[in-house]
Amino acid sequence: MKLLIIAGPPSGGKTVVIRQIIKNLPEGSLPAFLKIDVVHATEDEELAEEFGIPVKKVYSGDVCPDHMGILVLDDALHWAESLSRNILIIESAGLCLRCTPYTTHSLGIAVVSSISGTNSPFKMAPLLALADVAVVTKTDLVSQAEKEVFRESIRKVVPDIDIVETNAIQGTGLRYLMRRIVNQPEIGQDPIMLRGSPPLGVCTICIGKKEIGWKNHFGVIRPLDMPEPLYRGD
Amino acid sequence: MTQQFTLTIESGRNRLGEQEGFDRIEIRPGDTLSIVGPTGSGKSALINDIENLAQGDTITGRRILINGEEPPEAFVREPAFKPISLITQNTRCLADLSVEEFLLMHIRARRPGRDDLLDETINLANTFTGEEISLKSRMSGLSGGQTRSLMIADALVIGDTPILLLDEIENAGIFKDRVIQSLQRGNKAVILVTHDPYLALTAGRRIVMRYGGVSSVIEPTGQEQDLIEDLAVVEDRLHLIREQLRLGASFSSDSSSGSSSGSSEVLIAAVEQGFQLNRV
Ligand SMILES: Nc1nc2c(ncn2[C@@H]2O[C@H](COP(=O)(O)OP(=O)(O)OP(=O)(O)O)[C@@H](O)[C@H]2O)c(=O)[nH]1
Ligand SMILES: [Mg+2]
Ligand SMILES: [Zn+2]
Ligand SMILES: [Zn+2]
Repeated sequence: MKLLIIAGPPSGGKTVVIRQIIKNLPEGSLPAFLKIDVVHATEDEELAEEFGIPVKKVYSGDVCPDHMGILVLDDALHWAESLSRNILIIESAGLCLRCTPYTTHSLGIAVVSSISGTNSPFKMAPLLALADVAVVTKTDLVSQAEKEVFRESIRKVVPDIDIVETNAIQGTGLRYLMRRIVNQPEIGQDPIMLRGSPPLGVCTICIGKKEIGWKNHFGVIRPLDMPEPLYRGD
Repeated sequence: MTQQFTLTIESGRNRLGEQEGFDRIEIRPGDTLSIVGPTGSGKSALINDIENLAQGDTITGRRILINGEEPPEAFVREPAFKPISLITQNTRCLADLSVEEFLLMHIRARRPGRDDLLDETINLANTFTGEEISLKSRMSGLSGGQTRSLMIADALVIGDTPILLLDEIENAGIFKDRVIQSLQRGNKAVILVTHDPYLALTAGRRIVMRYGGVSSVIEPTGQEQDLIEDLAVVEDRLHLIREQLRLGASFSSDSSSGSSSGSSEVLIAAVEQGFQLNRV
């Protein structure tokens, strides 16, 4: 089984890119799709209807969707395997720009739109830094110079990342992404691990306490003048 | 990079699935080609196929070769090696940068080490527009004409590629004549999408689009020369009237007919003749 993990900010074009991937997979590919979102997503139904493939959706509710994705990944691989599928495509919610959902033995694809501003690559550095490929969408909406300046801005954040520019609706330029997917090895028997350590998000706000001020909370907390968060527990 | 450079377009299919009306188009430095056709006829798609150096992987199925071969990947993916500059129809730039930062970043992508091109680019841009662009302006705050002027200057100075693609420069609020003059310098191949009859007719070859594909490639045989000369007169006159209007002139019915009636008759006759030629 091959594992593709697709992440990126909301409305960046993840689903449009996934459509193109599914359309252009080599013969014999049997994809399955998992969407992780917070409270609302329709990708699963759309892709099931369009391509007749098995799909699943998980709502993460109060938890960071990338954390949730990591928790369910193992089960999802078993699910896809039990259906004799040979490629699992995971679309993250794209909300937590600090967590990165990519794992070892997977192809990590960051999808970012070229109209999201020249500084956006800096704002989502971890999401790009740990990915294998950055797919830059919506290049049909910007000038060539602007597209090249955006590319330069990604290069500043991650000098060696493989950048694929595309009008994802038409699928232009995606031949380089498809080549990466074709050459991507199967997951094999080694344990699958996270590539980076996501930041902790565990405190009593997470479980529903609404008071403001760190004195009212436990877990990972932070006073204003302290340079680092600290753990306060019992 | 300019010497011995040939770009070849191999034909694909139009929206109806029909083979395009040519086998291959070869383009060399110094050539000019215009692309004409109704809205939605595939003009921008053709330009984009060339810019992406398509290899049968776009809806048209066209292939673009350089010096007769599939171009190396770096030509497509690395701006520093890309032999093509494209000036799109965009009249807005969304980059959250100053003009200076934008140009310096583009120089870094295309011509690393040549920060000296910054001044040349902005100076050229300011010859194309009447509203001066300063290095401190925000890219997103430029007017349509300023954005266009800057992008054309950027392509000419920072890109400086053997092939230049332009998507409808005429409606952009820029000094068209000065742009055309700059384009003609430097032995580049220029391919321009246009609705402007004068630009379309003066190009060395004319690519006619229909239903998402090329329907024919016209190589003028000199018979359009009279029409071109007439159009030049009309152009001059339009230019004059435009300038006078700008300066607050008003026109009496006398001054607006004058010498133009004679040339417009010739013009209509020539257009009809051209129309018949096309029908043959
Ligand atoms: N013009 C253009 N539009 C695009 C492109 N890629 C995506 N879009 C549009 O951008 C919007 C968002 O695309 P999606 O694929 O739904 O984005 P997403 O990242 O899956 O969004 P969420 O899952 O909701 O976070 C849609 O309206 C797409 O049609 C592109 O390359 N060009
Ligand atoms: Mg989506
Ligand atoms: Zn997170
Ligand atoms: Zn919390």
